[in-house]
Amino acid sequence: MTLARQVLLIAWRSLVRTLRQPGTVIPPLIFPLMLMAVNSNGLRAATHLPGFPTDSFLAFFIPFSFIQGALFASGIAGTDLAKDIDTGFMNRLALTPMRGSALLLGQMGGAVGLGVIQAALYLLVGLVAGVDIESGIGGAILILLLATLVCSAFAALGLWMALRTGSTEGVQSLFPLLFFFTFISSMNPPRNLIEVAWFRDVATANPVSYLIEGLRSLVIEGWNAQALALGFGLTIALLVLAMTLSARALRVRMART
Amino acid sequence: MRTRVDVALGLAYRQLMILAKNPSLLLPPMLFPLLNFAAFAGGLSRLRHVPGFDYAGGYTGFQFVFVLLQSAAFGGVFTGFGIARDFERGFARRLLVTAPYRSGIIAGYAIAALARWLLVAVVLTIVALAVGMHVGGNGIDLFGLYGLAVLVNIAGVLWACGVAMRFRTTQAGPIMQTPVFMLLFLAPVYVPLSLLSGWIHAVAVVNPITFVLAGGRSLLVGSPEDVLQATAIALGLGAAFAVWAYRGLRSAERAG
Repeated sequence: MTLARQVLLIAWRSLVRTLRQPGTVIPPLIFPLMLMAVNSNGLRAATHLPGFPTDSFLAFFIPFSFIQGALFASGIAGTDLAKDIDTGFMNRLALTPMRGSALLLGQMGGAVGLGVIQAALYLLVGLVAGVDIESGIGGAILILLLATLVCSAFAALGLWMALRTGSTEGVQSLFPLLFFFTFISSMNPPRNLIEVAWFRDVATANPVSYLIEGLRSLVIEGWNAQALALGFGLTIALLVLAMTLSARALRVRMART
Repeated sequence: MRTRVDVALGLAYRQLMILAKNPSLLLPPMLFPLLNFAAFAGGLSRLRHVPGFDYAGGYTGFQFVFVLLQSAAFGGVFTGFGIARDFERGFARRLLVTAPYRSGIIAGYAIAALARWLLVAVVLTIVALAVGMHVGGNGIDLFGLYGLAVLVNIAGVLWACGVAMRFRTTQAGPIMQTPVFMLLFLAPVYVPLSLLSGWIHAVAVVNPITFVLAGGRSLLVGSPEDVLQATAIALGLGAAFAVWAYRGLRSAERAG
């Protein structure tokens, strides 16, 4: 069986498994939209601050929804793989000629598939609510591409967590770390408008800020080469790093069993 | 285990021991409020320069009260997850069989939720004071503020308990947390009510949490306003959810 066929089989299993669980599918679709609705109205007053880059907080905030969706993706990918470890599915799979790389790529299928649906939904809701994509149709397509890449990178992090800990509780307990990176970023305020020095410094050093700003630039600025290069570059770097760590962790786990 | 109090204290002790032995269950409820506080008070502090922002306690204090009440409400919801888990694992059913006074079960979970939240509240308060939160209220005002938060915690756990006892599965988690999340975030979270506009203002005006939040914020700066109204609302929510939880218990009993 070719590598591509192996990846497809595992990815299909992962996707079907994800879509069959309403408790897994509904929150990633609903929660970011709720937060988008609430924050875009509750923080509208922020657009009156001198230097705020747009007069629509919804347009400013919508890119964060993609990151929030990616957080859910990491949870789905991590939890599903941890369950496979817990139930012995991984051990049985290890007896087959399935390659490790096929397993890792395929396991992300459910999370990434749901991530594509999420991204399309968030964008559609934003457009219906009146968000103007400054970079046009091409920009909207690029937003979907970057959002899917971010989702893949976070899902790969989830796999690494699952392989390291081997339990769903372990995956869950590492989430505060991901939330930390998401919250201490430029998700709500633009970095130049953050008053508190330590917060601004951490947000500047935090790669998640650049993922958000890459997506945000397409919505409120148009084509900003620097923001896009940083957004895509860091996302790909994160994806490569997470996959490398996952591959190593997989080798260790397979050696243990 | 002869009385309701025995059942409640025994169950509360078990819940707290589980927490003490499982940091993965204790840490998230502790970290989320701290992260929210850091993100809101640290990241959005420039909002105090928006024309019309007139809260005397500064932006840190403004956000502290919200995060305190949020942690109280979600402390209750997290306990609801534990109740649902107890049903999934069969412990809750055995408890229903063995407890002579079953209403003590609800009280036991509520005591555990309160104890867990108090720990969060202490840490949150220390962090807020460390980053320079201005406290204008005296001891009585602060007692009132934390008292309001205790009432919110009790209302939160009773709501989640009612849901957990009806559905008896952790899959019901979103049903426990979504209404609480919406109720909290449809209040004036980031700016005072007067600075909200559009549909969110219309919703915030009738949202009971708006009044609890306003009461709490006025207590922190030492100029209590509408505190009786806020207390009455928090008590009302607690009473309504007590009935909800009790009926949930009856539903669980009927299910066997």
